[in-house]
Amino acid sequence: MAKRQRDVQGLGLAALNRLARSKTLDRLGLKKPTEKALYQASRTGFKVAGTAGRQFKAVKQLLRPARMETLKPSDLFDLTPTEEQTMVVESVRRFAEQALRPAAADAETHSEISEDVWKGAFELGLSLMAVPQALGGAGSERSPLSNALIAEALAWGDMGQALALMAPVGVANALSAWGNSDQQMRYLAAFAEDNPPDAALALLEPHPLADPQKPQCHGQALKDGSGWQLSGEKALVPLGPFADLLIVSAELEGLGPRLIVIKGDSDGLSAKAEPAMGLRAASLGRIVLDQITVQPADILGDQHAFEQAVALARLGWCALAVGTCQAVLDYVIPYVNERKAFGEPVSHRQGVAFTVANMGLELDAMRLMMWRATARAEQGQSFLREAVLAHRYCADKAMQIGSDGVQMLGGHGYVKEHPVERWYRDLRAVANLEGGLLL
Amino acid sequence: MIRLEEPRKFRMLVHQANQVASEIFRPNSRKYDRAEHAYPKELDMLSALMDGMNDGGDRGAGTAGLARAASDSNDIVNGANMSTVLGLIELCWGDVGLALSLPRQGLGNAAIAAVANEEQKKALRGCWAGMAITEPGCGSDSAAIRTTAVRDGDEFVINGEKIFVTAGQRCDHVVVWATLDPNKGRAAIKSFVVPKDNPGMKVLRLEHKLGIRSSDTATLVLENCRVPRSALLGNEDIDTKQGFGGVMQTFDNTRPVVAAMAIGVARAALERTRELLEQAGLNPDDYGADRWRMPAAQATFHELESEWEAARLLTLRAAWMADNGQPNSLQASMSKAKAGRMATQVTLKCAELGGALGYSEDELLEKWARDSKILDIFEGTQQIQLLIVARRLLGKSSAELK
Repeated sequence: MAKRQRDVQGLGLAALNRLARSKTLDRLGLKKPTEKALYQASRTGFKVAGTAGRQFKAVKQLLRPARMETLKPSDLFDLTPTEEQTMVVESVRRFAEQALRPAAADAETHSEISEDVWKGAFELGLSLMAVPQALGGAGSERSPLSNALIAEALAWGDMGQALALMAPVGVANALSAWGNSDQQMRYLAAFAEDNPPDAALALLEPHPLADPQKPQCHGQALKDGSGWQLSGEKALVPLGPFADLLIVSAELEGLGPRLIVIKGDSDGLSAKAEPAMGLRAASLGRIVLDQITVQPADILGDQHAFEQAVALARLGWCALAVGTCQAVLDYVIPYVNERKAFGEPVSHRQGVAFTVANMGLELDAMRLMMWRATARAEQGQSFLREAVLAHRYCADKAMQIGSDGVQMLGGHGYVKEHPVERWYRDLRAVANLEGGLLL
Repeated sequence: MIRLEEPRKFRMLVHQANQVASEIFRPNSRKYDRAEHAYPKELDMLSALMDGMNDGGDRGAGTAGLARAASDSNDIVNGANMSTVLGLIELCWGDVGLALSLPRQGLGNAAIAAVANEEQKKALRGCWAGMAITEPGCGSDSAAIRTTAVRDGDEFVINGEKIFVTAGQRCDHVVVWATLDPNKGRAAIKSFVVPKDNPGMKVLRLEHKLGIRSSDTATLVLENCRVPRSALLGNEDIDTKQGFGGVMQTFDNTRPVVAAMAIGVARAALERTRELLEQAGLNPDDYGADRWRMPAAQATFHELESEWEAARLLTLRAAWMADNGQPNSLQASMSKAKAGRMATQVTLKCAELGGALGYSEDELLEKWARDSKILDIFEGTQQIQLLIVARRLLGKSSAELK
């Protein structure tokens, strides 16, 4: 493809564009959207993140890290969730249906979740379950699968809000899996409190072809050997503009790629809103790290933990994709059964019916692949291959289902009267985004 | 508890099937591809061995053990449906055509296991039964069957022509679908077990095919073919409400089995392609490789692997549901639809990745790409499976969604 150059016509169009911007807006009464855009622009100015210096103080004493047990698996192939999982998922599903779905459009418009939804999620005990009992939480076993089922159920309600709700849970999961006792005492206990911190796993970087396995965020070793000076950028981080706590990935000189715990009010950290195609309810943000001091105590786990985090985050995206695609399918089926063309429901045509059949079977395949990789992770088996294959599969098929969802509604799918256009935008993220949540 | 790994207790069986596949099927694979219609005599010894496996406590890789388990307890079962699927994956990794030629493992055996009464099962024990459904004028639309069965005293007289009968030459019995009354549609269609030595039934010819050439595909002619009333499988009454139920039930159980065959042949192609890519200096097993900067062949390979895994899991799910007494018509069709098209996609792409080696008869890649195509056609084509899936998801009858 030749690089396009601006010709005379292009210059003319550009001029017209400028003209249109200034005059027609007023004339057509489109002032509101302009103001909205200005508002967004003002929000996008970089500022110090975090809820004005949230204090993380060690409240409990831990002699060794509190690791939650994993359930002993049986030897059988089995697709039955445990009784506890069934109960939890049922209540999360109800919450998704009654709280998240009705709030989805508003949360997107305001680029954040309402207080009520945060409160509801807290009452569900979402982050409480990720904190071991020794630290005041309710978690008895570390279960990526339970997290997956919860993420699925939340995303059925709304993917953007689900991402925002799962982001702090992911940080708690990481701290509980890999944190040392100091890190757990300092940070993890806070997730069991009344007002859990806004937190997220920040892996994605704003470069083309970025590879999460090789972060370009770089920590330069300090001459006195006391730590590193960390610089770089993280993109599309959920809750980014006001995060109290971040786990970022970076290449540390002399050590390799690592996860690093960084407080939102650290010197050298700034954040701004980074609105995107979808998932706006998750308050996505760009994080700039400018010569932040990192000490060995801030490093979370080893390189193995870093690699697992990338994979468990991808499985998180698979879980969100599965829940959202289920929402698409559940919405499309009654629509094509009720919508009539040529004297009968459009679902009586194979062109429509086969599309629905493929949406259904690919969705089931996505879910099974995600479950398998997640179950392997939970049960201590190697799972990187399974996670990569599941992620690739979910990324492709989820977008296809999102696209088919709009297609099945025709023109009505393209307008905001129906949620399928939002799901289409949300599902584009499955292949693009890394980190953000962690099962 | 959610876990999607193959149970340890089937390892022995899978290993046995794999030994059969690698020691007997593979060495004869090209031989009978070239010598179409020659009887693979190597299988006789093998089938005796498999009978032994089937009669022992462990289920073999055959089709006769397929039946819906009664759900009389809450304990999760990994049973005959899953072991059959796992066994067939291995056998078809060896060779699809030869697996289809295994004596006493015909589709007709599956039908007998699913719908025959105890007396019939006893009488037919140890038989090798083919299945005759398709006719020159009807394929997927089995309600349009024109072969007739007319009551005459204590006998039925069958007349008609059947095509595409797998193992039709080699089997000793054929389960023939015929209508008791062409005006009464599906409900009048019944299946009859006809011994091959019945003078009223003749093998007219054998087909020359794109693939699975080691498996014979016969045309049968039935001319005033007389069978006793006891040859009818199931109920003699024409119950228009119950309709097709009886005979079609067989397919809920056998669709995951055909899906398993597709998974087997696709795995063969993937494994050989992995070796060839390694010879070419790639490392296809490097799953941590940079997604966008890895060689295109490696990325393609990962994509094929993910398609394969998806089909495999859908198939294991369908078998698991059958083992646990859960209705699985929807999931069985999903597995067949996915695995059928996956096998064609994967084997064709592997042939492409193989370049000259993928197209030449020096390798088996081109053969697998021919063999696999049938798996998206027989036992219900891709399009029929999608129709079944769509009807179930949309809650439509076959009259509404045609």
